[in-house]
Amino acid sequence: MILTRRGMLAAGAALIAVPAQAQGNYVIEPVAMGDGIWMVHGADEPIAPANGGAIANITIIATPAGTVLCDCGPSLAYARALRKVAEELTGKPVVRAYVTHLHPDHGMGIAAFDPRIVAALPGTIEALAREGRGYSDAMYRLLNDWMRGTELVLPGRTITAGREDFSGRALKLLALSGHSGADLALVDERSGLMIGGDLVFHNRAPSTPTADLPAWRVSLDRLSAEPHGGLIPGHGPYDPDGRAAIAQTRDWIDWLEETLTQAVRSGLDMVEAGELPIPDRFATMAAARYELQRSVSHLYPGLEARLLPRIDQPG
Amino acid sequence: MWEAHAKLLFGDAPVRFDPRVKVDFPMIAENQRSFPVAIDARAIPGVKRIVLMADLNPIPIAIDYRPSDSDAYLATRIKLDQRTPVRGAVQLASGEWLVSGGWIDAAGGGCSTPPVSRVKGDWAEHLGEIRGEAWPLSTGSSRLRLNFRHPMDTGLVDNIPTYHLEELTVRDANGREMAQMAIWASVAEDPAITLMPHAAADAALTIEGRDSNGRDYRAALTVARQSPMPQ
Repeated sequence: MILTRRGMLAAGAALIAVPAQAQGNYVIEPVAMGDGIWMVHGADEPIAPANGGAIANITIIATPAGTVLCDCGPSLAYARALRKVAEELTGKPVVRAYVTHLHPDHGMGIAAFDPRIVAALPGTIEALAREGRGYSDAMYRLLNDWMRGTELVLPGRTITAGREDFSGRALKLLALSGHSGADLALVDERSGLMIGGDLVFHNRAPSTPTADLPAWRVSLDRLSAEPHGGLIPGHGPYDPDGRAAIAQTRDWIDWLEETLTQAVRSGLDMVEAGELPIPDRFATMAAARYELQRSVSHLYPGLEARLLPRIDQPG
Repeated sequence: MWEAHAKLLFGDAPVRFDPRVKVDFPMIAENQRSFPVAIDARAIPGVKRIVLMADLNPIPIAIDYRPSDSDAYLATRIKLDQRTPVRGAVQLASGEWLVSGGWIDAAGGGCSTPPVSRVKGDWAEHLGEIRGEAWPLSTGSSRLRLNFRHPMDTGLVDNIPTYHLEELTVRDANGREMAQMAIWASVAEDPAITLMPHAAADAALTIEGRDSNGRDYRAALTVARQSPMPQ
């Protein structure tokens, strides 16, 4: 490659514009959402080298017993940086890390913790044991050096629906499903905030690689019925009202299913279905086209098998 | 690889890159075992043959299609073994080839991981199942969708020999050929194929296929009377 002066200037300009995560160190900036509860807002983007895979939202909660984390990011390096930031913030060591579901942007970072303090639903642990290696390979392929040293570790503590009390600050645990086979949502009783995991997306299109849409709807109903204040979604900005993000997630999955069903009935192939117009009401959603095309890949074959009639004749 | 493929496929025939060959696919290869691709060359008159290929696949050609009495359109799903160019090449009556395409990044192994139905073990139970439907278009053609159940073994997995659907013909009510194609194992498991034969509403179509073990596949359908609601 020949470097020209103009090329050097352009490269310099690009360096100034790159996101914080491109420098090789994760930048973790918790924002207080209530008394002793912070959200780290992940990039509302696909997993990519520019963001180091740090796309999921993380919640940090200060309790008398120590620091509680809900999800811990994509890699060992991320979770180490997260732990340092969280412990400085609260002045107490991490005593619990919940993994809300199996997806690697939320849970690969558990490699940084003693598995005995890492808790997940039984379905999540089983799915990680089954699928974790594949997710790990995919993350290394996409993120290279960001993943250095990250091993697949299984959560050592199985939880079920109920309540966990950290010496006076308790979290309500909701065992749900739909975004994946096992989705944990939590409510912090002191602040009233709900932590939705990936059952709830906000201004960032929901992803469906392991989705069961009817179960997802049931879970969203359950979250709506559960008393709560503001809501920290799995991806996208905080929802102060606590209702908007749930409604938006439901609106998207309903639209998605109806649109893809109609696309199969109209004879469209997958390429065309992925290029269908996205309604204006979803204009605020990041990664909408990207997730629509992923969802076509996830959902279309099943819809075709259900909707296209058999036409074969005996040989 | 392009030079080697081009020599085999095109020989000494003239070849031009032409953006009117629209090769369309999603921005992300979400599933490297099944990546949707559509080739639309309807803007080019006189297309005799459409070849879909991925340069860096171990089985580079996926489909070699002769739209004898059909619009120059083909959509299907292919396997991707790594990041690769995906191309559509169309041949005119003059023998000239027009080519277009683009790069797609992909996780490896689309051709070298076992088919889902081999893992589940139920492939033989569903072999021969064909689903399909045809809808009339305003142009007088119809949109024909065909989904076959077939493991489409590449021969690159677990000592399972290559076993794939290799021939497909669409005929009208009089048995006249409307569309004919050769199919390779780089087409995704359970091949899904979309064509546009020159068949209006109520036209009867028959489908004949054969796989590499000599098993025959037959299906029949009638083009619907009503086109679907536009979206």
